[in-house]
Amino acid sequence: MKGRGLATYAVAYLLFLYAPVILLPLFAFNDGTIIAFPLQGFTTGWFVQLTRIEALHDSVFNSLWIALTTAVLSTCFGLFAARASARYRFPAKGGIMGLIMLPLVLPEIIVAVALLVVLLQLGIDLGAWTVILGHVLICTPFSIAILNSAFLSLDESLEEASYDLGETKWSTFRLITLPLVMPGIISSMLIAFTISLDEFIIAFFLTGNEPTLPVYLWSQLRFPTKIPIVMALGTIMLVASLLLLTAAEYFRRRGVARTGAKDSGGFL
Amino acid sequence: MTRQLIELDRVEKNYGEVRALTGVSAEIREGEFFSLLGPSGCGKTTLLRTIAGFEDLSGGQLRIDGQDMRGVPANKRPTNMVFQSYAIFPHLSVGENVGFGLRRKGLGREAMAREVGQALDMVGLGGYETRASHALSGGQRQRVALARALVLKPRVLLLDEPLSALDKKLREQMQVELRKLQRQVGITFILVTHDQEEALIMSDRIAVMFDGGIAQLDSPQVLYRRPVSRRVAEFIGVMNFLDASVGGNGADGLEVDVAGLGRVALDPAQCPEGRSGTSTVVGLRPETMTILFDTSEKAARVAEGSVSEVVYFGDMTYYDVTLDGVAAPVTISMRNLPGRPVLDRGARARVGWDAGAMVLFR
Repeated sequence: MKGRGLATYAVAYLLFLYAPVILLPLFAFNDGTIIAFPLQGFTTGWFVQLTRIEALHDSVFNSLWIALTTAVLSTCFGLFAARASARYRFPAKGGIMGLIMLPLVLPEIIVAVALLVVLLQLGIDLGAWTVILGHVLICTPFSIAILNSAFLSLDESLEEASYDLGETKWSTFRLITLPLVMPGIISSMLIAFTISLDEFIIAFFLTGNEPTLPVYLWSQLRFPTKIPIVMALGTIMLVASLLLLTAAEYFRRRGVARTGAKDSGGFL
Repeated sequence: MTRQLIELDRVEKNYGEVRALTGVSAEIREGEFFSLLGPSGCGKTTLLRTIAGFEDLSGGQLRIDGQDMRGVPANKRPTNMVFQSYAIFPHLSVGENVGFGLRRKGLGREAMAREVGQALDMVGLGGYETRASHALSGGQRQRVALARALVLKPRVLLLDEPLSALDKKLREQMQVELRKLQRQVGITFILVTHDQEEALIMSDRIAVMFDGGIAQLDSPQVLYRRPVSRRVAEFIGVMNFLDASVGGNGADGLEVDVAGLGRVALDPAQCPEGRSGTSTVVGLRPETMTILFDTSEKAARVAEGSVSEVVYFGDMTYYDVTLDGVAAPVTISMRNLPGRPVLDRGARARVGWDAGAMVLFR
């Protein structure tokens, strides 16, 4: 049976993909320090412990504000680049856009090491801002991709119509362009925020002595007794990431529906 | 004497090496329905966008109401445009769309609502103010776009192929409505279209454009009856072309020998003189020729031929008739009056025609 074979394959694939992730909340609520079956019993104790570790709180705060700044900056850069790419023709456009999008496929460790070398040569102290620099670099291509599709699905004659009806270039942007690409902007910010929050390699190299959450977690893995706490934290991050991605997709779809365009499928 | 509202003086537009407009000169009168007709790529849309202010001129001058439009941006010109895609703002309601251009006029809330209401009434969408604009049908979007442009009372309304997205029935209905609306508001309309029938139905005057220039600018009737070139004649309606040679200048005007039809004296007003022996082409519209079904029917001139194709349209029948001594068949349209037969392929036919309808091309 061909159909059954394919179904088995699909189920196996999904199991492989999600079984480890499901283990995360399972052990986060397990009343035992050893990560092994059988489960010992239900506890919320690990979550309670989370609230008492100050270094953890610092790293969460660090991560959040790095992610927020990254989201805003990369979306701003993305807006400029996507607008230019979707609306204007200029010399060497293909090459320029290709170079901007390159970090999408560049190994992060290369980017991280290269940045580290340059920053150290320039004598710049490592810290939150250097992490933001690295994160903006890798998030901007995502922002451009999202915003480019938002600008492309925007009928150019809408802007011309507004201009024709007496508005200026700037008020046209404010009244017509911005509201219509707003779902794209929100979606871009959410994606960049999520990427920055999860990112480890660049943060690890550039963070100095202000670790982000993933870097802090990694440092805690050396202590076996703390693993259940990490599991609990991981569970919270998992849920938060899912919520963010769902929100991003919601805004993207709403944007598509709003401009009356046909949904050509997004990132998710 | 009606006033000239728009004066185009050797208007040129180049895109790099491409010459989109090659020195267009024309005058568009106050209150007329003017059409720019031509195949795609002829420069008609470029000319419209030039008048709107979306494109800069590469050369020449454009005056609206006597004022040079150089350096006047689109948002400061007394023109408004109905876009091919209608460009209805999807995030605004119908009322907000129509009132969009009014916000800058400093009207009160009530005055604005009244203006919007009147504009919507005018296009037959009274009471649609609060409707969501993305839920409108194609015909309704078109009406909203019209109301949105007309509510500003522009001197000129520019319409860029406004009917091309509608289905045939609705398009025909809108052609009549647009024409009525134009007479009612008295605003100058400039319509861009590639549909010759549409242009003939709606316009006071039509400029036929080819290759970035105006080939002929005339009323629909003159354009149809007296096209100045073979190309214009081919673009507007159907025309039979017959080889001819100039025979001499007779007392009744220029005499030409037409293949299959013999010697014809042409209206001197149309073609004052020509040199003997020059080969040329003449044209006859299908409806200016008739098939004489029985021997008692009379015509000014008669030729003989055989029917090579019959196309039945219900109200009309189109015959392709191969005239004796001519290779290419001519098309003749006959109204299917009661009692009138439809000939079969291969039948012999007597063809009546009138020299007065013949057009000479040089």
